[in-house]
Amino acid sequence: MNTMQHMRRGAVASIPMIIGGIPFGLLFGSLASSYGLSPWFAVAMSAFVFAGSAQFVALGLIALHAPFWVIVSTTFIVNLRHLLYAADLVRFVKHLPMPMRIIMGFGLIDETYAAVRPMYEVGAADEKNGHKVYLGSFLSFYVMWNVTTILGVLSGELIPSMSEWGLEFAMVATFIGIITPYLKYKAFWLCLLSAGASSIILSGLPNNLGLLVSAVIGVVMGYVVDSTNKTISDSDENMQEVSK
Amino acid sequence: MTLWQGSLIILGMFAVTFGVRFVLFARADKVVMPAFIEKALKFVPVAVLTAIITPMILMPNKHVDFSSSNPWLLGALAAFVVGIWRQQQLLTILVGVLVFFAAKYGFSL
Repeated sequence: MNTMQHMRRGAVASIPMIIGGIPFGLLFGSLASSYGLSPWFAVAMSAFVFAGSAQFVALGLIALHAPFWVIVSTTFIVNLRHLLYAADLVRFVKHLPMPMRIIMGFGLIDETYAAVRPMYEVGAADEKNGHKVYLGSFLSFYVMWNVTTILGVLSGELIPSMSEWGLEFAMVATFIGIITPYLKYKAFWLCLLSAGASSIILSGLPNNLGLLVSAVIGVVMGYVVDSTNKTISDSDENMQEVSK
Repeated sequence: MTLWQGSLIILGMFAVTFGVRFVLFARADKVVMPAFIEKALKFVPVAVLTAIITPMILMPNKHVDFSSSNPWLLGALAAFVVGIWRQQQLLTILVGVLVFFAAKYGFSL
């Protein structure tokens, strides 16, 4: 297979989540125009930051006239989860040249991680072609996100009520589509329940700290249950199941 | 917001976002992950994504709403059931979104 074919495989594996992302990108663009921000601001943010949920949180903060350091530190905390994805992917990128790692780092989003990571597990991606599969996934999300941002900005000016339609539910449904294949083992259920309950209890914490703390609680709960329960401790089986 | 302020915000957001994503890749040939970290990492996607969406689903108006008139809850439950049952991402997303919009707009007609 040549480079294009590997990239196409990455893009094809991403299609369901790209469809889920379209309403979300439209919403982002239309929200920016409903807050009276310059179209260029929303477009530039999608092009340079490329982080869906953090961009939403930042828009909300800008609308409240939050100071610069609050916007940037909140972005940092909301995106801290990507550090964990990177930690998981380190073993697959360590042989790659630095420019490739820079591009892959820029494109490390939930969806590309969710699309490509299981492919490594079943051998559909490996040391030689994994970065090409990854690039195919990243580029298709990048194009989708920037095009829908522009369309959202344009249509938001025509249809001001668009930001109240509830388009962000598409993100919720997409994330549920990422989560459910994992739920074949008790440890993942406990991870889900503890992270979900904590996120409600801690929702009052400032700057989205509740999100980070809840995620850590979920990981610790899953890890502890996994370690005490021998029948599911063979970790790689879980990921193989996920990718089927 | 001036052009200068807007550029500064985007530059700052880019710096922290790219920094978080790239820092481990930058040293990837030297980083060694302890075994227990490797084992814990597989819970990250479920934990993080659940923590993002649960408040959106259960607290769409800033307070907990467990009722059947909450379209977020109905749509999420539908997506969840389809996801567990069929394991098809596209179907999960489409059914969830359809139920959400049916609940949000259909019932109020």
